[in-house]
Amino acid sequence: MATEIINESLDDAHTDDHHDYKMTGIKRWLYTTNHKDIGTLYLWFAFIMFLTGGALAMVIRAELFQPGLQIVEPDFFNQLTTVHGLIMVFGAIMPAFTGFANWMLPMMIGAPDMALPRMNNWSFWILPFAFAILLSSFFMESGAPNFGWTFYAPLSTTYSNGSTAFFVFAVHIMGISSIMGAINIVVTIMNLRAPGMTYMKMPLFVWTFFITAYLLIAVMPVLAGVVTMLLTDTYFGTSFFDAAGGGDPVMFQHIFWFFGHPEVYIMILPAFGIVSTTIPAFSRKKLFGYSSMVYATSSIALLSFVVWAHHMFTTGMPLFGELFFMYCTMLIAVPTGVKVFNWVATMWRGSLSFETPMLFSIAFVILFTIGGFSGLMLAMTPVDFQYHDTYFVVAHFHYVLVTGSLFSIYAGAYYWLPKWTGHMYNDSLSKWHFWCSLISVNLLFFPMHFLGLAGMPRRIPDYALQFADFNKWVSIGGFAFGLSQLIFLAVVIKCIKGGKKAPAKPWDGAEGLEWTVASPAPYHTFSTPPKID
Amino acid sequence: MTTKKYESYYVPAQSHWPIVGAVALFMIAFGAGNYVSDNFGKNPTTDGYGGYLLLAGIALVIYMLFGWFQNVINESMAGKYSHQMDHSFRQGMSWFIFSEVMFFVAFFGALLYIRTFSVPWLDGAGNNEMTGAVLWPEFSATWPLLKTPDGTETTGMGWFGLPLINTVLLLTSSITAHFAHVALEQNKRPQLKAWLGLTIFLGLAFLFFQVLEYSHGYSDEMQLYLTSGVYGNTFYMLTGFHGMHVTLGCIMLIVMFFRILKGHFTPDSHFAFQAASWYWHFVDVVWVLLFVFVYIL
Amino acid sequence: MSRGNQNWLAGAWLFLGTIFSSSAWADTQLNLTEGVTAVSREVYELHMLVLYICTAIGVIVFGAMFWSMIFHRKSKGAKAADFHESTKVEILWTAIPIVILIAMAVPATSTLIDMENNDDSDVTIQITGSQWKWHYKYFDENIEYYSVLSTPREQYENQNGSFNGNGAHKGKNYLLEVDKPLVIPANKKVRFLITSDDVIHSWWVPAFAVKQDANPGFINEAWTNVDKLGIYRGQCAELCGKDHGFMPIVVEVKSPEDYDSWLNEQHQLTAQAADAEQAALSSSMSKEELMQLGEAIYMAHCAACHQPTGLGLPPTFPALKGSAVATQGIIADHISLVLNGKGMMPPFGKQLSLSEIAAVVTYERNSWGNDTGDIVQTSDVKAASEE
Ligand code: HEA
Ligand code: HEA
Ligand code: HEC
Ligand code: CUA
Ligand SMILES: [Cu+2]
Repeated sequence: MATEIINESLDDAHTDDHHDYKMTGIKRWLYTTNHKDIGTLYLWFAFIMFLTGGALAMVIRAELFQPGLQIVEPDFFNQLTTVHGLIMVFGAIMPAFTGFANWMLPMMIGAPDMALPRMNNWSFWILPFAFAILLSSFFMESGAPNFGWTFYAPLSTTYSNGSTAFFVFAVHIMGISSIMGAINIVVTIMNLRAPGMTYMKMPLFVWTFFITAYLLIAVMPVLAGVVTMLLTDTYFGTSFFDAAGGGDPVMFQHIFWFFGHPEVYIMILPAFGIVSTTIPAFSRKKLFGYSSMVYATSSIALLSFVVWAHHMFTTGMPLFGELFFMYCTMLIAVPTGVKVFNWVATMWRGSLSFETPMLFSIAFVILFTIGGFSGLMLAMTPVDFQYHDTYFVVAHFHYVLVTGSLFSIYAGAYYWLPKWTGHMYNDSLSKWHFWCSLISVNLLFFPMHFLGLAGMPRRIPDYALQFADFNKWVSIGGFAFGLSQLIFLAVVIKCIKGGKKAPAKPWDGAEGLEWTVASPAPYHTFSTPPKID
Repeated sequence: MTTKKYESYYVPAQSHWPIVGAVALFMIAFGAGNYVSDNFGKNPTTDGYGGYLLLAGIALVIYMLFGWFQNVINESMAGKYSHQMDHSFRQGMSWFIFSEVMFFVAFFGALLYIRTFSVPWLDGAGNNEMTGAVLWPEFSATWPLLKTPDGTETTGMGWFGLPLINTVLLLTSSITAHFAHVALEQNKRPQLKAWLGLTIFLGLAFLFFQVLEYSHGYSDEMQLYLTSGVYGNTFYMLTGFHGMHVTLGCIMLIVMFFRILKGHFTPDSHFAFQAASWYWHFVDVVWVLLFVFVYIL
Repeated sequence: MSRGNQNWLAGAWLFLGTIFSSSAWADTQLNLTEGVTAVSREVYELHMLVLYICTAIGVIVFGAMFWSMIFHRKSKGAKAADFHESTKVEILWTAIPIVILIAMAVPATSTLIDMENNDDSDVTIQITGSQWKWHYKYFDENIEYYSVLSTPREQYENQNGSFNGNGAHKGKNYLLEVDKPLVIPANKKVRFLITSDDVIHSWWVPAFAVKQDANPGFINEAWTNVDKLGIYRGQCAELCGKDHGFMPIVVEVKSPEDYDSWLNEQHQLTAQAADAEQAALSSSMSKEELMQLGEAIYMAHCAACHQPTGLGLPPTFPALKGSAVATQGIIADHISLVLNGKGMMPPFGKQLSLSEIAAVVTYERNSWGNDTGDIVQTSDVKAASEE
């Protein structure tokens, strides 16, 4: 590990002349090439998108509070669901992880910055524009996309409303952004590791982002391809997804999920990386089974390319296909299990303390595993015929995404806030955030399992009377969870404004190069690489 | 494996080009969105402004590219880049090309799916016996699909003739591009210019024949349109996207040509040239796959 | 106590009251239905098997975690051990899950193979989804009809008071009732050929464990063999646009004898309808009759898109109030548009009888301020349909 605290930037003759110069005001953020600035931009953008997507979810929950059409029209309800899904996936979770990557990767591998800093800025700044386009369709005559975040043809082609072209081009831009961001991550990791940091010495966090970036480069272009076919089917008279011309609507689903399934792992592998950093830190014990973690992550990534049709068991695939995809999907439980067991083994006979990042990490392990279990139930084809497109699926993916990805983001944010801001966060407020979130999130999502099993389909604005009671509780949980997230906003703002000064390494069990620099991390770190032994 | 040593890594200062590029992309996307929905949507209108926004966006992107690359070129000529920077660029370019490959994978995947599954299924193959019998009794599966289930008819594009010529052209151009690279590495500038010029010429010839082929397709006797069912769809989308990539590759090569005239590049520092030639080889490989899967099989 | 406070309190009580006034908790179901077919019971068994396995694994894994959280905490003076790998346990906890998974995959495979075996059926029914109703066609019987949601609009639009508790004013089978259910015989293998006219729908009856997507242009097959008489309810399970939530499925399972007499009855009804149509061709209806029938048809078949007010939901669904087609154009064009459809507007020639179309066109031309005064007779529709 590095031996000295590096905190210089002015005196390095090899770097650019204006290197130390930090513009002020808006120009700093618009023109920046600094990985920390860009990381901050990503993180704020993601949080704003999370609030936006969450606000849409609040309307969904308000509508579903009671049976009957209360506050929104069915068509608008579909727009809410669609845009909620799109924003949360592409606007909140993915950019948040890219923000972590930007902030932490260069510091963790001892690099001066990301490998391609100008492109880094570009990948960020096209994102807000993409979402501006997507959201602007709410104000168009035809309304926002209303065909679900999975935009199945022909609902999204022949039967779509007039804003489909905007949706398609917005997705193209999001795709370009993700691909460029991922290329930057890959190149940085391949090329800028400090001398001596071999691949198998990289922190697991770095590994998970490395693999995630490969997944992104491999599948985002496929998404771009499928939306392009969607565009031509809708506007230019092709019939890729239309039987009358020899195409097949189910082919849309195949191409979409070839992207879509790896996409869900794009949203969970970085989460694995974060908790694999925090759990050892607060267990004061090395991560158990580092190399098996690396192999497990890679196997999950590879397997993710051959399981896509588990979203399509009811589409009438041939029996052979159903069996193949069922077996492959079930197999994913094995490497994922390895990870869960390794975390438990890391905690086992450690010396545990329960700072807020640790609380979120522990909640992550338990609740993500519950989400994984329901995933495994969904993987069993014959039973999926009953679960498919019900609230059981909604419960599954919110467990893996909200108590999985989102909770890991909170864990990571609390863990590195001192490094980012130079201040300790307000501890008791952060605990309030955790406990309120934990209780309300389970009230929000657990009863959805029951609703799904009892037969409530997803994506409906109104439901039969036997679903009324649980929906009420779910909505109440939803409002409470939404409000709890505002506590986090308060914590972050307070922490930026002030608070107890953070030492370079506030967590006694933490390891990694990022703790060798001061807190807050200087604008430029590692202009000359540290030595790793 | 061990990492290469590095002394220092050039981190560029603030730059306004990315934000210009972001605005440009926004104009392109929003303009294209407007243009497409106005002109091809359910209630076409002609008084939209989308087309202008789109064109302005494209102009701005070109301006941005010039400015940005100018910066990079100046920095590179000023010797600010280390070996490591060169590595970053190279790896960046290779992964970019990989992502392009995956874009084509989506379309090739669609082609294979249509040929092996959807068209035969519509004729009652596999577990779709009733699909053929009840819904499309008249339909019979063939490839190329010259008569769609709803009865649109068209003609297949043979591989002999223009496509074959084009294959030869493009394969040759890949070789000449390689020779140009060799010449550059041996610092033989006149040969470099000649080989590169020939490559560009072959690329442009390819494009010319491609346009000729399309005009045959759209002629009254062939009636092979983009809208002629899945055969026309896959044919034009695959060759069309390939053609766009050839165009882009040509532009890159032409830019390289002018830079060479201005004396840029040395035997051991010529990333941009290398990138353009990689891209060219990639376009070539895609064509070979196209030739096999779209034309011959 | 101030008035403001009292209001607040009253509000809070009302809120709590709403939550706990659970007339329906009794009906609330927690678990998957066992269903009424051999397959659905197998599926239920599988579901329980996986559930138990997952619970057991969960107990062990979370148990170990809580153990270390309780006994290995720093505040209790725990010192961290320094082991961080062990090939042996890692092989173990790779191998054990594989074994468990195989144990789950074996029964799942056999159930699946069973479900996909569509051979030797006794009755074949073609099911076609269209926005937002189901069409049932008995293959060898010349019986076909549409099945549409029958819950009145007032109930789901909360026209008689909303926000007052668990769906007061809402019927028992709110949103799960249709005008004409699908009727099938018990203890017979019934084969379904499932397809769609427009977007993808999905035909789902939980009690049969049948859920199969209805893909436009393709036919998917499924089957069931129900051993218990009764009425079973399900819903469309694939997002299919605006009224995806209002597209229920009701299946009535009758004994084979009752089923046969039902078939007879249907044949008679079909014959009667054909006669009535013939009669209507030569007679003419009064404007009042047409308007009355027209309104009923409009509410059942057109109002979903064009709205009861005739204002539609522009830009997707055009207003009929003041529309050129319904006020100025030639009547024959109006008729043929309804008969043959256009773009997203479905063709109604197959769904409605000639006289019903005559009535609904008359209704559209004389409602919501449209005052053409035109009267359209069955014979006019007949003429238009023969063009
Ligand atoms: C972060 C995102 C994420 C993650 C990680 C996962 C993880 C998994 N998912 Fe999930 N999934 C989604 C996001 C995610 N999913 C989304 C968004 C959808 C819905 C999309 C839509 O339609 O809108 C979906 C839908 C979905 C479906 C389709 C359901 C349907 O529509 O009918 C299926 C079916 O197989 C499935 C399966 C799985 C499986 C098997 C895993 C596995 O990776 C889980 C593995 C983990 C474990 C199993 C737990 C830990 C393991 C152990 C403790 C070891 C021992 C265990 C055993 C041997 C049992 N998912
Ligand atoms: C990463 C992803 C992610 C996240 C974080 C969430 C978060 C939430 N989701 Fe979402 N969800 C999806 C991904 C995600 N979801 C996807 C992919 C779908 C499928 C879409 C589709 O079917 O196409 C979906 C669908 C979906 C549905 C099903 C809709 C349907 O099928 O009809 C529901 C219903 O309850 C729901 C609810 C919620 C709620 C209550 C939250 C909460 O966690 C949100 C909490 C956050 C806030 C509330 C914001 C913060 C607070 C404020 C802004 C202040 C205002 C607060 C109040 C007024 C109380 N989601
Ligand atoms: C699934 C939704 C849907 C239903 C149900 C529906 N329509 Fe329509 N209707 C449409 C759409 C969409 C259009 C616009 C068609 C176009 O111009 O492309 C339309 C157009 C029309 C028009 C022409 C209006 C104009 O000004 O162009 C008439 C008349 C009409 N419908 C009558 C009816 C009648 C009568 C019924 C019921 C028997 C009915 N519609 C049911 C969707 C529907
Ligand atoms: Cu039909 Cu949903
Ligand atoms: Cu999946």
